[in-house]
Amino acid sequence: MKHLVVLGAGTAGTMVVNRLRKRLANDEWRITVVDQDDVHNYQPGFLFIPFGSYEPADVVRPRHTVIHDGVDLVFGTIDRVTTKESTVRLTDGREFSYDYLVIATGTSPRPDQTPGMLGELWRHSIYDFYTYDGAVSLANRLSDWKGGRLVVHIVDMPIKCPVAPLEFAFLADAFFHRLGMRDRVEICYVTPLSGAFTKPACSQVLGSMLADRNIALETDFAVERINVDDKTLVSYDERQVPFDLLVTVPLNMGADFIGRSGIGDDLNYVRVDKHTLLSTDCDNIFAIGDAANIPTSKAGSVAHFATETFVKNFLAHVAGQPMTASFDGHTNCYIESGDGKAVLIDFNYDTQPLPGRYPVPKLGPFRLLEETRVNHWGKLAFRWMYWNLLLPGRPVPVSAHMSMAGKTEIPTQPQEVSHAHHNGR
Amino acid sequence: MPITTVGDRQIHVDDEGFLTEYSEWDDELAKLLAAQIDIQLSAEHWKAIHFLRDDFKAQGQTPTLRRVTVVGGVPTKDLFQLFPGKPAKKMAYIAGLPKPQGCV
Repeated sequence: MKHLVVLGAGTAGTMVVNRLRKRLANDEWRITVVDQDDVHNYQPGFLFIPFGSYEPADVVRPRHTVIHDGVDLVFGTIDRVTTKESTVRLTDGREFSYDYLVIATGTSPRPDQTPGMLGELWRHSIYDFYTYDGAVSLANRLSDWKGGRLVVHIVDMPIKCPVAPLEFAFLADAFFHRLGMRDRVEICYVTPLSGAFTKPACSQVLGSMLADRNIALETDFAVERINVDDKTLVSYDERQVPFDLLVTVPLNMGADFIGRSGIGDDLNYVRVDKHTLLSTDCDNIFAIGDAANIPTSKAGSVAHFATETFVKNFLAHVAGQPMTASFDGHTNCYIESGDGKAVLIDFNYDTQPLPGRYPVPKLGPFRLLEETRVNHWGKLAFRWMYWNLLLPGRPVPVSAHMSMAGKTEIPTQPQEVSHAHHNGR
Repeated sequence: MPITTVGDRQIHVDDEGFLTEYSEWDDELAKLLAAQIDIQLSAEHWKAIHFLRDDFKAQGQTPTLRRVTVVGGVPTKDLFQLFPGKPAKKMAYIAGLPKPQGCV
């Protein structure tokens, strides 16, 4: 009997065990998945909680209800993977031997990594919305906030769902308008990037959407600390951004056990081949979803598309055959822009988000890089798809590989991004 | 890939001016690239630049600011003084490496 152990029963881990259970014979393979608790969060829903448009109950289900029969679901905290012995040890002393290991423990916000963030202002004037508790306590704060200076802030890249802070800023603008108090709120978006987003065409569109909403943009801001006494973000190059209410995305890091086990990078993401997702250190370890160090957005859509590639490769690899499926970095994000509209972007390792149409049978086509109501409905429909199609491993009407169908190519233009480009002197 | 001339050197660069051929780089080229963005290289600059070169060779990707600090041993604060404004990109430019990956 072979043993597959999957660490993490979130979006990626759940998809992996449910799909592989259907493909691996019950009398040949035992599958165990480990997580800390029995709470599966629909994380894209956290964004809507602060503004009261989702109730907490909308985003939570017990993990055991979304994991298929025939998979052992174990609750515990992972202490370490001993790769030489192919074992996983939990902090309570339990140990599991594996033939193959899949790491899907995601990424977590780490407010402890920025001096001044966790302290007397935390959850009073400083909030995150990437955790259930953070989103709910921010909803309470916003419900009776009298206005002032709202700063939406990212500590460093990469982060989970990199468009979410932009969406938060757009939704906040619409929220305060709706309450008739937008004139009493100043909104500032503070980012370590050189623009609203990285990819040129996308950054331009999203940047002008910030400007249209009178949201100030502070770029290239690498925060060193938060000055608690005068409620100010301070950067390494001594810039200061004061706030009354700070909504921050703390530094994101992979699970600490990955670092302890010697298979991760500086941020505890598992080092893998970006096309096969096989660990570059161990031939029987894969990592999928946010836990892997592949150069994509850390997003559910990436986990989904990568799972399709992974399942094919895993089955080939355990059968001793070469892995022929290659993940292309496909990413697909609906960006809520407020007032019932959204922007859709679709891209991969090699192609930046482009304008045009995105064909989806029955639901689409969706407009790319434009604000439309249909895109917003697409985003809301996704919650149903998540619980009912994605997690159970049923077919979803979207290709795992990015397609150029409907996209408009735009000429590449030299960017002045680096401030370093001087043409042929 | 475009070819550009820096000083009397012909080098291969990408659309944003980052060197694309690891082997075309040497200390002399670094000085010329640094001059393009108004930086005169001191010993502290060299420490960071050489870390970038060595780390890229070992890891296959341009190190992040965090890595230059944690592994390379140059405090982030100093990097912002040495390479004002956009240290990650400026270091990579001078070290002749690809632009560091931000969020994608």
